[in-house]
Amino acid sequence: MSAIRPDFAEILKLVRPGSRVLDVGCEDGELLELLTREKQVDGQGLEISPEGVSAGLARGLAVVQGDGDRDLDHFPTRAFDYAILSKTLQQMRDPKHVLSELLRIAEQAVVSVPNFGHWKVRWALLSRGRMPETGALPEPWYSTPNIHLCTLRDFVSLCDALGLRIDACASLSGGRPARPIDPRAPIENWRAETALFLLSRKTPPEEAAAAPPPQNLFGEVELPKAEAPPPKKRARARAR
Amino acid sequence: MTAQGPIKAEIEVGGGTWRFPANRPLRLDSGAQLGPLEIAYKTYGALNADKTNAVLVCHALSGDQHLASTHPVTGKPGWWDRFVGPGRPLDPERHFIICTNVVGGCMGTTGPASIDPKTGEPYGLTFPVITIRDMVRAQAMLIEAMGIETLFAVVGGSMGGMQALQWAADYPERVFSVVCIAAAARHSAQNIAFHEVGRQAIMADPNWCNGAYLTAGVRPEKGLAVARMAAHITYLSEAALQRKFGRELKRDGLSWGFDADFQVESYLRHQGASFVDRFDANSYLYITRALDYFDLAAQHGGVLAQAFVGARKVRFCVLSFSSDWLYPTSESRDIVRALNGAGCRASFAEIQTDKGHDAFFLDEPLLDATLKGFLAAQAQARGLA
Repeated sequence: MSAIRPDFAEILKLVRPGSRVLDVGCEDGELLELLTREKQVDGQGLEISPEGVSAGLARGLAVVQGDGDRDLDHFPTRAFDYAILSKTLQQMRDPKHVLSELLRIAEQAVVSVPNFGHWKVRWALLSRGRMPETGALPEPWYSTPNIHLCTLRDFVSLCDALGLRIDACASLSGGRPARPIDPRAPIENWRAETALFLLSRKTPPEEAAAAPPPQNLFGEVELPKAEAPPPKKRARARAR
Repeated sequence: MTAQGPIKAEIEVGGGTWRFPANRPLRLDSGAQLGPLEIAYKTYGALNADKTNAVLVCHALSGDQHLASTHPVTGKPGWWDRFVGPGRPLDPERHFIICTNVVGGCMGTTGPASIDPKTGEPYGLTFPVITIRDMVRAQAMLIEAMGIETLFAVVGGSMGGMQALQWAADYPERVFSVVCIAAAARHSAQNIAFHEVGRQAIMADPNWCNGAYLTAGVRPEKGLAVARMAAHITYLSEAALQRKFGRELKRDGLSWGFDADFQVESYLRHQGASFVDRFDANSYLYITRALDYFDLAAQHGGVLAQAFVGARKVRFCVLSFSSDWLYPTSESRDIVRALNGAGCRASFAEIQTDKGHDAFFLDEPLLDATLKGFLAAQAQARGLA
């Protein structure tokens, strides 16, 4: 097998052995297979294309055909230790809801986002006055799947608004190995091409009740609306 | 055991009728007992020494145990012939494949056309109402009698998929993996409605004789044919019907009468007429009733996920077809949601096809590839490789 992709290598470092992992947008299951082999995780994939699902099944993975925008609601609360969403958050119709759902389903989320504040992007916009096309964002504006772009600083502020803690952050660029960064440092908003985050909820453990037994899972599923959990006091009331 | 049918000569084809003694009746959901029970079955391939390679294939409403060998009545290849064989998803060189005729069926397993030992006459309507769960319980009796502790896989489409789900719910420790194709966890109002049309057609046939037609020496062929015609429409998508027949006429010009002018009429009449040669009308009543009664969630306090909480170790593969309006994708998604909710290892794919519900009998390369991949990976996990 060829060298491990740098983002996969970084994710591999973050994930605890033997944990339960949901990979949202798992494509052909390469990352999940790697995690299963190297970290003995109990993996579950979510993938939109039937060909991807088929490839994942052939690798012995459990993969459900579905869409991160629509189908996360159907997973029970705290069913996983990690929910991974690599490189597609900016393609979601409602990234805020998706992010919030990832951290309802899992204890921790591994999310990567291309940084629209990267100097190349800023320079392309400034110098040419046109939508940037870079290594991390290669497509022209009219055909790009990236519909919700943000800068590193934007993403950090969304995490704050959602009451999320950044447990780790690394910068990825080109094919180089990941570099741990402080995502709040202004310089990183210039030089990180893509950032990979490990996130968790700030709510203390006693509030985060264990998963209730599955209920009402047939037909209409009632789940907490994925509004930003407002400051701590109300979060307690919602945690049930 | 002799090889027969289209399977290559070196593949072992076996089967026969398993007769359970009268003191081992089948306990039915209705509270009744059915015995002595006979189960007609076919096998392909050989059971390995550890007895870990057995695959149970569950047939659909109008199917039977002749999975991959020539049908004794019609002379046609088995109903899933294209799925069974060396290099195919179900491989008799690696799997010991078992297919049984369901309880209530008419190809050898005890059903309404069987002789009631108490009266010496065919059961007819004195046959007890059966359920999908009863069918599965009978299969479990056979599997146990064969000395197989755990099935490597239970595979089924349509009604067979429901049986596969029921297996996971009732005998999770005896199933390693489950494949459920184009099925649902319960019958919808529309499903029940179509079945009621079929049953009414049978019962409106004067030759039905209140179910005692065998004693009377007649057969309600017209009614059964109409039931089959109505049902057959539900197995096809509108696009498939349109593509296959459009408004094609059978002859030049219209007859200005009620002959089968259109190709689609002629096709349906043929489907109806050929069905009556191989199917028993009362079996059709009983099996459609079993389907209508099927509601896996209702068996578990209305919570489908609850049906699967014991099956967390079972590996599930749920597949649907995009143009299936009989058991649409939404039904499969409900199953997957419940499996996820119960913490089971579940996989799901919707196969894009315009062939409707019947796609699972037809050539769908992605279906084959998906199933083959799933079963191969499970075989590895099971140490079969």
